[in-house]
Amino acid sequence: MQICRVVGTVVSTQKNRKLEGAKLLLVQPLTLDDTPRGTTLLAIDSVGAGVGEKVLVVIEGKAAGMALGRKAAAVDAAVIGIVDTVEVTA
Amino acid sequence: MQLARVLGDVVSTIKDSNLNGLKLLVLQPLSAAGEATGRTLVALDSVGAGVGENVFFVRGREAAFPFYPGEPPTDATIIGIVDHWNTERTLEP
Repeated sequence: MQICRVVGTVVSTQKNRKLEGAKLLLVQPLTLDDTPRGTTLLAIDSVGAGVGEKVLVVIEGKAAGMALGRKAAAVDAAVIGIVDTVEVTA
Repeated sequence: MQLARVLGDVVSTIKDSNLNGLKLLVLQPLSAAGEATGRTLVALDSVGAGVGENVFFVRGREAAFPFYPGEPPTDATIIGIVDHWNTERTLEP
């Protein structure tokens, strides 16, 4: 899982049937000191996250499908939690 | 599977209900020499690992298997705490 910042939402009317009703978010992966790292990606949202929030994103097809609650859905990333705190002590 | 060091933990209140009660830890993957390599990630814990420990973890759909028949949405899970490892340079000419 990656810690990401929600940077936007995506609206799509014409999409795969398995994606109907799914909320799509644009998320930017972060390093542990909150600087952006890598490419912004699209993830489906299963927890009700909003723009600006720090979230946990799974980047794997089966896990994303589980989060969506549908089998064999064409998704590869999903927001599965809103991050309250990250404590790095080691 | 990969070696990693546990750097810290993540607290999340609002999350997928299949993650309730499961621990989220921040991992730094390690090379065979014990040096940090690659980007940090967050993984579920299935063995009771803690901050500062060396562990090994699995990526991919297999990451949900330790919680069977539960199906938490995870792409990385800690599946062992490393007591020690050693590398011998026997492959070098």
